[in-house]
Amino acid sequence: MSNEKKKFNWKAVTQHHLFLPIVCLLVVLLVNVIKTPDFFVISMKGGVLYGYLVDVVNRASELVIVAIGMTLVTAASGGQDISVGAVMAVAASVCCQILSGGQVSTDTLMNSMALAIIAAIIVAGLCGAFNGFLVANLGIQPMVATLILYTAGRGIAQLVTKGQITYVRVDSFKVMGGYIGKCPIPTPIFFAIAAIILINIILKKTALGLYIESVGINGSASRLVGLNSTMIKFLTYVICGVLAGVAGIVASSRIYSADANNIGLNLEMDAILAVALGGNVLSGGKFSIMGSVIGAYTIQALTTTLYAMAVSADQLPVYKAIVVIIIVVIQSPVFRRNMEAWKQKRALRNKAMEGGH
Amino acid sequence: MEKKKSKKKINSSTFLLMITIALFAVMYIAGMIIFNDKGFAKPQMFMNLFISNAGLIVIGCGMTLVMITGGIDISVGSVTALVCMSAAYAMENKGMSAVAAVVISLLIGTLFGIVQGYLVTYLEIQPFIVTLAGMFFGRGLTAVISTDMIAIQNKTFLKWANYRINLPFGTYNRRGIFIPAYIYPTVIIALAVVILITIMLKFTKFGRSLYAIGGNQQSAVMMGLNVKRTKMKAYVLDGFLAGLGGFLFCLNSCAGFVEQAKGLEMDAIASAVIGGTLLSGGVGTVIGTLFGVLINGTISSLITTQGTLSSWWVRITLSALLCFFIVLQAVIAAVKRKKKKK
Amino acid sequence: MAQNEILTMKGITKTFPGVKALSNVDFKLCKGDIHALMGENGAGKSTLIKVLTGIYPFDAGEITMDGRPMVNRSPQDAQNNGISTVYQEVNLCPNLTVAENLFIGREPRKLGMINWSEMNARSRKLLQSLDIEVTPTTLLDECSIAIQQMIAIARAVDMECKVLILDEPTSSLDEDEVEKLFVLMKKLKAKGVGIIFVTHFLEQVYEVCDKITVLRNGELVGEYDVENLPRVQLVAKMMGKDFDDLADIKSERIGSVKEGESVIEAKGISHHGTIKPFDMIFNKGEVVGLTGLLGSGRSEMVRSIYGADKADSGEIRVFGKKVKINTPLDAMKAGMAYLPEDRKKDGILADLSVRENIIIALQAKRGMFHPMKRKEMEDAATNFINLLQIKTASMETPIKSLSGGNQQKVILGRWLLTNPRFLILDEPTRGIDIGTKTEIQKLVLRLADEGKSIAFISSEVEEMLRTCSRMAVLRDGKKVGEIEGDDLTQEKIMETIAGGEKSNE
Repeated sequence: MSNEKKKFNWKAVTQHHLFLPIVCLLVVLLVNVIKTPDFFVISMKGGVLYGYLVDVVNRASELVIVAIGMTLVTAASGGQDISVGAVMAVAASVCCQILSGGQVSTDTLMNSMALAIIAAIIVAGLCGAFNGFLVANLGIQPMVATLILYTAGRGIAQLVTKGQITYVRVDSFKVMGGYIGKCPIPTPIFFAIAAIILINIILKKTALGLYIESVGINGSASRLVGLNSTMIKFLTYVICGVLAGVAGIVASSRIYSADANNIGLNLEMDAILAVALGGNVLSGGKFSIMGSVIGAYTIQALTTTLYAMAVSADQLPVYKAIVVIIIVVIQSPVFRRNMEAWKQKRALRNKAMEGGH
Repeated sequence: MEKKKSKKKINSSTFLLMITIALFAVMYIAGMIIFNDKGFAKPQMFMNLFISNAGLIVIGCGMTLVMITGGIDISVGSVTALVCMSAAYAMENKGMSAVAAVVISLLIGTLFGIVQGYLVTYLEIQPFIVTLAGMFFGRGLTAVISTDMIAIQNKTFLKWANYRINLPFGTYNRRGIFIPAYIYPTVIIALAVVILITIMLKFTKFGRSLYAIGGNQQSAVMMGLNVKRTKMKAYVLDGFLAGLGGFLFCLNSCAGFVEQAKGLEMDAIASAVIGGTLLSGGVGTVIGTLFGVLINGTISSLITTQGTLSSWWVRITLSALLCFFIVLQAVIAAVKRKKKKK
Repeated sequence: MAQNEILTMKGITKTFPGVKALSNVDFKLCKGDIHALMGENGAGKSTLIKVLTGIYPFDAGEITMDGRPMVNRSPQDAQNNGISTVYQEVNLCPNLTVAENLFIGREPRKLGMINWSEMNARSRKLLQSLDIEVTPTTLLDECSIAIQQMIAIARAVDMECKVLILDEPTSSLDEDEVEKLFVLMKKLKAKGVGIIFVTHFLEQVYEVCDKITVLRNGELVGEYDVENLPRVQLVAKMMGKDFDDLADIKSERIGSVKEGESVIEAKGISHHGTIKPFDMIFNKGEVVGLTGLLGSGRSEMVRSIYGADKADSGEIRVFGKKVKINTPLDAMKAGMAYLPEDRKKDGILADLSVRENIIIALQAKRGMFHPMKRKEMEDAATNFINLLQIKTASMETPIKSLSGGNQQKVILGRWLLTNPRFLILDEPTRGIDIGTKTEIQKLVLRLADEGKSIAFISSEVEEMLRTCSRMAVLRDGKKVGEIEGDDLTQEKIMETIAGGEKSNE
């Protein structure tokens, strides 16, 4: 995009849509540096990169992937898909179950990896299509519609794995959540980067991005310029489902198993938070994928910080919930209006006081 | 035209409620026939439906209230967990009395209601986002109190929890001794809440205002109702009932732990929707929700009685049922719109 | 006379940022009168009513009720002062019963509980007294729109209103229903209620009203007794300057009409409830005006051709070839373009840039997998910004920060970019400054000269006369005539709109 950084005028910088997300990220990083001085230190240990930063970037991968899908869904339908975590679990179970050939644990691949991955992604895409159908075709509020899979999803995942945690202890499967050969960079990072690049290519090579924004901003005007808003909304949910599927596979590869109860747990909240932190309005319209990506890394950094402060995983949601509320309050038109009115009043009072003196 | 109208006396909301009651009856009777050998036909089995779902009934009532205004509350499951944990912590770790635990429970619920209600009503933020944050906040706070399970040993509390109220009917065992069916006080409280809320919805200005707001908020404003205050009240009452329901839940489980009541929000929403409450607001009764809860309970007791099916089938079946009712609502609404146009 | 006046508004002025919506308007309403408030788009009717009912504050002027000055700060205030309003969109709750809708907020109670039996009984009595045939326990949703309107009126009446405002209550009613409504209005009139009746239907005005106040461009044109104001005169007062002054404005295009080939041919097209079956031909190089009062079906006609409201019947031929049009995209592919009437709601994509707003239609027409190159978009945007002299900081400025006129030019640019053969312009000059208005008019003529076929809708007859070579006249959702050539005069148009020969009663 046209960056006016050359002129270096501060206003252009501060008004850039990525300004706030980046500031948030920097603040979190700053806190980290203060608390753990070796936060930015990256070293090589056992042939792989090692360090806090690497850990943050690595762990954020699934979130980045899911946040991309969430951004599109939010932009087009003005609502969020809260089933992404559950869909991840479904995809993970399908993938592992195919690889293990139905056994609880396996040391050799029973089916080809490609088949398992494709099947998992197709199933995840179908979950997305189900959500999309309810939202786009039946006009049900996005969060209510996705609530169905939010609860049923993990049950379905359990059903697929027959209630057990399916282990796939095969090195070629562990690659996706681990390392490729001698490459020192964790593979999930590549997945995240690939997802970012792929979605950017899609948005560049097709007009989907513009279509999504139009539909999210003004459905009726979009219809009159010839856009099929039902189809576009539906598509965003399918994309969101597919991306959740990819994230699910990565997550299951990390632990070389399909743990239906824990894969992608609470990730929907993080994803929504990432979208909001990225400067995207939760009621739809214009969106920025990069914003959400930065948001996702911010949240992972925040999570790491909180862990470092001895906050347990169970307690994390408290802080995240507070951040979400702060963001939506700031985004809320009513709040802005009140602030505006308050500012005006203050300016008026100041003026009156000056007049008095 | 006129004739058609008088013929079509049953409107769509009554129709939905009738489907629900029929569905419950069919399911229960089918269960009685199929699992007769496993004791499904015993009166106590029926009472157990109420006993194990007393908390959910109360929470469902609160949910129905906010759903009538067109809102939703998905924080109730977490509030329940928080209430159980707080009550357990207060009694076991702080040595407070059982009465104090009740007060704390109700306060927690009400506070949730106030904050969420304010954000939804006065800052006009989507109820879903607000209560989603509330859901994570509550669950997280539960973990902040304690990540370990706290079993409740407080004597007064256990006396409340185990106080059986025998009913004048029951079964005879093999030796011919009469074993009365029993319930716990929680059931009476839950049913009292249902009755009170039913009266409130039908006979108070507040109750009718809730329907008016859900039917058409703009109109409600034009007709001089104080929409914001009414909605706020609905969320506060919903919070209070979540606190109360949470405590009843606690009486049933006698423990507090982080994972408690997970997915309860879904049960509550599903019960309300199955009971005929419209997601778009304006229609719904707590009697319907009561039947929704009973269906919910029947599904889970059928699956447990069956024995070989695993527990996640409960979730899946319930989700499928919810999905069916949501789609049914959408279809009915679409048909209505079309009819209006013609 | 004077003691009969219940409501007087004097010198009312209301300014919105940049627009004077009302300037020095007087209005008075007498007891037991049905008083029509008339005017075209932007005349100030709804602003006047909103000022009266306290939705908007006013800048200057005075309102007195029963001789006492009155200021309403909200519709509630107004209601307490005895002014009730019934809108076209019924403001009742569809999920409640008729009785509840009548009494909500002031239910009869016993021991703090709502007394349903008394509420139903009182409702029955109220409905009977007004001859409204409906049982109080019916759900409102199951009543026809007409009955719902009447229930809204009954509610107002029961709240002891002295002034009843009916804001386009008849728009969605059929003839029988309108008749019933009129009976009710007459009944209230007899009870001494003053009624302000806002409507676009001339017939109705002449059927029930006693007086007419006409507004135009936020100014008072005058107050007239119905029997002293022939229809043609009324139409003239609403649409243009005084009747005589206008007689000699002629189209600049008369004489230049050439027999072009037909671009669009609509046969028997209709859309249920908005436009009855019509035939219409639009030729190459021709500007065809669609005229009629607001609500006459002029917008609905083009919407049904364009597929914005899918036609229920009939067929469309483009250059003689039958084309199926189910969605706007079909219409666009057939070479149509549609500039909608409501710019804010149906036109602009507020948060998107000028550039994106310009290219969106062409992009949609090309399809998702053929995205426009950045360079192409920028060229197109620059081109139209220059061509239409759009005043914007840059092509990346969000369209919402442009003025109304410039927004309209952007939308116009959007459609010209698709290179349409048939261009529908629905009120392209509404709410736009005079300078831009003339520019747009000139552009329309130029486009026609270039061989495009244009359908032009405007509330201003003058503007239509200047630009159109042929005009179709609509009344009450029906096409009632076509005028061209030498017949294309203000007089003839007004007569046709007003309803031909029966105009002088």
